[in-house]
Parts: sequence; structure tokens; C-alpha cells
Amino acid sequence: MTGLETALDTAPDAAPGLDAHLVVARDAFRLDVHLTAAPGEVVALLGPNGAGKTTALRALAGLTPLGGGHTRLAGVDLEDPGRRRYTPPERRPVGVVFQDYLLFPHLSALDNVAFGLRCQGVGRREARVAAAEWLERVGLAEHTGVKPGRLSGGQAQRVALARALATHPRLLLLDEPLAALDARTRVETRATLRRHLADFDGVAVVITHDPLDAMVLADRLTVIEAGRAVQDGTPAEVARHPRTDYVARLVGLNLYRGTASPGGVELAAGQRLVVAELPDAAEVFVAFPPSAVTLYRSRPDGSPRNLWQVEVDGMELHGDTVRVELTGPVPLLADVTPLAVAELELAPGRPVWAAVKATEARAYPA
Amino acid sequence: MIGSPRVRRRVRAERPRRGGAPLALLVPGLIGLVFLVLPLIGLLIRAPWSDLGSQLGSTEVREALKLSLFTATAATGIVLVLGVPLAWLLARTDFPGRRLVRALVTLPLVLPPVVGGVALLLVLGRRGIVGEWLDDTFGYTLPFTTTGVIVAEAFVAMPFLVISVEGALRAADPRYEEAAATLGASRWTAFRRVTLPLIAPGVAAGAVLAWARALGEFGATITFAGNFPGKTQTMPLAVYLALETDPEAAIVLSLVLLAVSVLILAGLRERWMTTS
Repeated sequence: MTGLETALDTAPDAAPGLDAHLVVARDAFRLDVHLTAAPGEVVALLGPNGAGKTTALRALAGLTPLGGGHTRLAGVDLEDPGRRRYTPPERRPVGVVFQDYLLFPHLSALDNVAFGLRCQGVGRREARVAAAEWLERVGLAEHTGVKPGRLSGGQAQRVALARALATHPRLLLLDEPLAALDARTRVETRATLRRHLADFDGVAVVITHDPLDAMVLADRLTVIEAGRAVQDGTPAEVARHPRTDYVARLVGLNLYRGTASPGGVELAAGQRLVVAELPDAAEVFVAFPPSAVTLYRSRPDGSPRNLWQVEVDGMELHGDTVRVELTGPVPLLADVTPLAVAELELAPGRPVWAAVKATEARAYPA
Repeated sequence: MIGSPRVRRRVRAERPRRGGAPLALLVPGLIGLVFLVLPLIGLLIRAPWSDLGSQLGSTEVREALKLSLFTATAATGIVLVLGVPLAWLLARTDFPGRRLVRALVTLPLVLPPVVGGVALLLVLGRRGIVGEWLDDTFGYTLPFTTTGVIVAEAFVAMPFLVISVEGALRAADPRYEEAAATLGASRWTAFRRVTLPLIAPGVAAGAVLAWARALGEFGATITFAGNFPGKTQTMPLAVYLALETDPEAAIVLSLVLLAVSVLILAGLRERWMTTS
């Protein structure tokens, strides 16, 4: 279910999931993001460092008060500064997995997980039984008595997840849940985290700057830049139709904005990009993968329609291809083989001709 | 563990030597060492070891020691109950004039204890601002009582604990309290179950320092509580008085205080070695 459908299905004040408009102003920075999600849905907040992701998480948890907007969860008004309503974090049905987990170092894994239940007034014995079940569920039945200092990164992450889920929150917030892990643990933990999120019946919001984490874990992405949501959609939609340079970089596409003209798109710099199909819109985006770019040492024979003389700016090895950054009338990313790099004698500053296949350039409304 | 003594010793042994210390530092440094250690050695040399037992057994010494231990412990209790919350307020809340309050809290550290005693008399004495009211309402007078000793000691010792605990609180990551809040803990629960255990070493160190300070308190005590054997005459007062009449007893009392101090130091070292 998408956020849009949720809004249409039910009246906003009775929405069973999350309906938030987060406005936080601090010094020169201003966060202003709408966020909606249905129960069971996993939404990723994706954005570069300093975009306001963590501020959004803190605002949802009640750790940073809103300056405007509102937070509604499971039909309850948690916060609405316009009506002077504020629910402190300890009275919100919200669980948080912090980036560095913040497991209480003086308590065992079991007591960490039991902590929230004890705060809810559950008896010591009952809380410990429930906590042991949660630890078993995340595969740590053998580590109940271990202090956080002796847990590996992946284990600590799972204890933090169990601790946050044990209180049965209606909203689960995960702040860069995989960022503190090494590459190997990351792959495993990502898979298990995905499974646990699928089992979770509340709303989950994952904060991340890693597009892969977002694509794997989330049903829907909200991309934020400089405190604003710039794109929202399923991972596939966002990957196929990026709307900002940041998103295009994340998903590895060349992206341009321009105006549609018969058979092509007029770009800002006075250049023209020929595309196979044009949408029914005046303002359009054009995107194509770096593999759609072919490089030539000299002007090629025949006349490819999208052809520019550009200069090599930088090169980076990606797996078994080399990504070449090109500057010129149209800045480009091109993927070539290491052999091609040698044959074309590519080096920073070297002028080359770049052609883009019109069939691989996709245009969509801006 | 990084802090284990064995590892540390090995690291130290492997460190390359970087030449001898320059004379300009070595000579005054050694003189300073002698200056600090010699009086203590003198105390040991002149101690009447042969009749140490009978001296220690005398009623006066036993009473002074008992009174000192009792009042210092009671004062530490008061200091803990009032000082830890005060340190929390200073470290975790923001209110107008916080810096001024902080300066006032640390003032007894540098204030001559006699001045503290005079100030206590002016406030809690029979004619004092609060003391007069206490006297009129409850018929209760603080000065020149054992309770007065405890009050004087707590006044002087409190800053040691507050400074120590405030430092521990500032070093502790406040985000643990936030994590506790997201799990449903009120601020009080978060303090009790998360913050306090995290800063326990700082509280313990502060309490030991405060206890030691209270044990050695002289100026404020003699000014505010007087010098009545069995009632307000603590060890330091007994030492001072004995010096006039019975120097050997003074030495024995001093030895006891020295032994207690050495024990505290050893205890603190143990604590710091195992927790850091």
C-alpha cells in the first residue's frame, strides 16, 4: 500500500498508520517533510549527510520538539504545536534502534531487552521471560547474560532491535541500522533485518544514506535533501526515474532536465538530446545509464545523433568496468571496459567524443 | 582490556628511553618529593611504638575516633543525598544563572574552613537567621552539638562530591537517557536505572573524597561546633589539643588519621584501576 492510497482510504484523523508533517527549524537549517505510512509498511528516509534525516527521526520519537506540523500515529495525535500538544518520548508507542545502538552497558542483553517492559509496569519475572523470547527470535538465545561490551556489532544490532520491538511499538525507527557494521556482517544483518521488518505489524521508518539498504529494506522511499522531500516512491520507481542529481548519482544514472521538443529534449545549456519516446509534458527529465555512452578517440563516422566533444575529468574502477567522469557541453558518466581505457588512452584532461544511444535515454515528466 | 595493569606494564617496559631528566627539573622535583614525604616519615620515626597499644586504648582516642568516623559517614550520607541531585541539575538542566550557581557550589572548596564555620554560625547559630527560628519553633540548637559537627563537615565536603559527580555526568553520554526515554522510562526512572549506574564510579570516588575531607575537617568544626570531648571533639581537634598537653597522644592520633588516609588512597586506586 502506498501513502497516497492510505490518505484516500481513510479520513486523515483516523489513519491507522503514521501521518506526520515534520517542521523543525534550527539556526539556518529547516526541516519540512511530510511522511505517511500504513501499518506494516517500511519507509526509508534516504538522503545525504546533513539532509535532516536524524532530525526527522528525533522529531518522530519526540526527542526534538516540532516547530510546526503534526505527528499522528495509529489515530492518536502525538504532537501538534499549533494546538500546544506534545507527547514526551516515554509516552509514545515508538521504538528506536539508534545508529550506535546505545545498549545500556551495565545491563545484560536480557535486561536491556526487558528494560522497556519493566518501564511499562510489567513484573520483573514476566519481563525477563518476554525478553528471553525476543532474544531467541533474533537468534541470540545463548547470549542473554552477556553485557553489551562483549557482543559483536551484528549481535548488538539485533539486541537493539529486540529491545525496541519488545515494547510492541506502533512505530519503529531505525537510524542507519547497518552503518556501524563491517561489510561482511552487513550483508547477513541486512537480510535478517529485512525478515524482522516484514514480521513487524506497525510502521517502520528506516533512516539511511545507503541506497542499497533503502532498496532492500523498504517498501517505499522518501528522498530528502536539505530538509525537504525531493522524491517519494517505490524503490523501483525511484531507481528508474530519479528526480534530483543526488538520487541519480545514488542509482547510477545520468540525469538531465529540459523542455520537450519534437523528437528530443532541449537541455539548459542549449544542447539537444534525441530520445526515442517523449512523454506528454513540456518539462521533462531524461535519464540513461552510463553504459549507454560510447567513447571515441576521434569524431566517429556516420552521425550518431547525440554526440559531444568532452574531456575526461576522472576515472574510478567499479567491479570490472571503469566509470569515466566527463565534462563538456553536457556532463556525462560513462562506463567502459579497462581494455577500452587502454585503447582510448583515457587520462584526466584528455578530449574524447561521446555518443549516447537515443534508444536507451528515457524521458519522463518533470 | 586496555586498562589491565599487566598490559600497561608491558607497554611501559617497551617504551624507548629518551635520555635523563634535565637538572632544572630533577633537583626541584626531588626536593618537592622530600618535602612531601619527610614529615610523614618523621611522624613514623617519632611514634611511640612501644606504648602504641595503651595510647590507642585510651578512652579519649577511642571516643574521638568513633565520633570522627560517625560524623564523617553521616556527613557523606547527607552530601550524597543532596549533592548527587545538585550535580544532576548543574549537568543536565539549563537555567538562568547556572554558571553563578556552579561558582557558589565550588566556593567552599577554596573558602577558608574557619570562614565557613563563622558563616554557619551566622545562619544556624542561636541568633542566626535560620537558627533563631529553629530555636523558637522546635527549641533545637545546632551549634556545639554532634549534629553541628555533621553539618559543618557536610558543608565543607559537599563540593568535592558535586564536582566529581558533575564531571561524571558530563562525561556520560546523555543519549543513553534518550534511549531510556524511547523505551518508556520517565526522567526519574532513566536517572535511577541508567544514569546512576553509569556514573557510579564517579559517585563512589566523590563520596570517598568527601568522606576523607569530612574526616579531616578542623576549622569549620571547631568554629561551629566547638571542642567538647565525646560530643564534638573529632580526631583533628583531638590532635590539636593533645599537642599542647600530651604530644605522644597527638602523634598516635595523627598516625591513625594517616593510616586511614593511606587506606582511602589504596581503595581509590583499586577502584580506578578496575573501572577505567
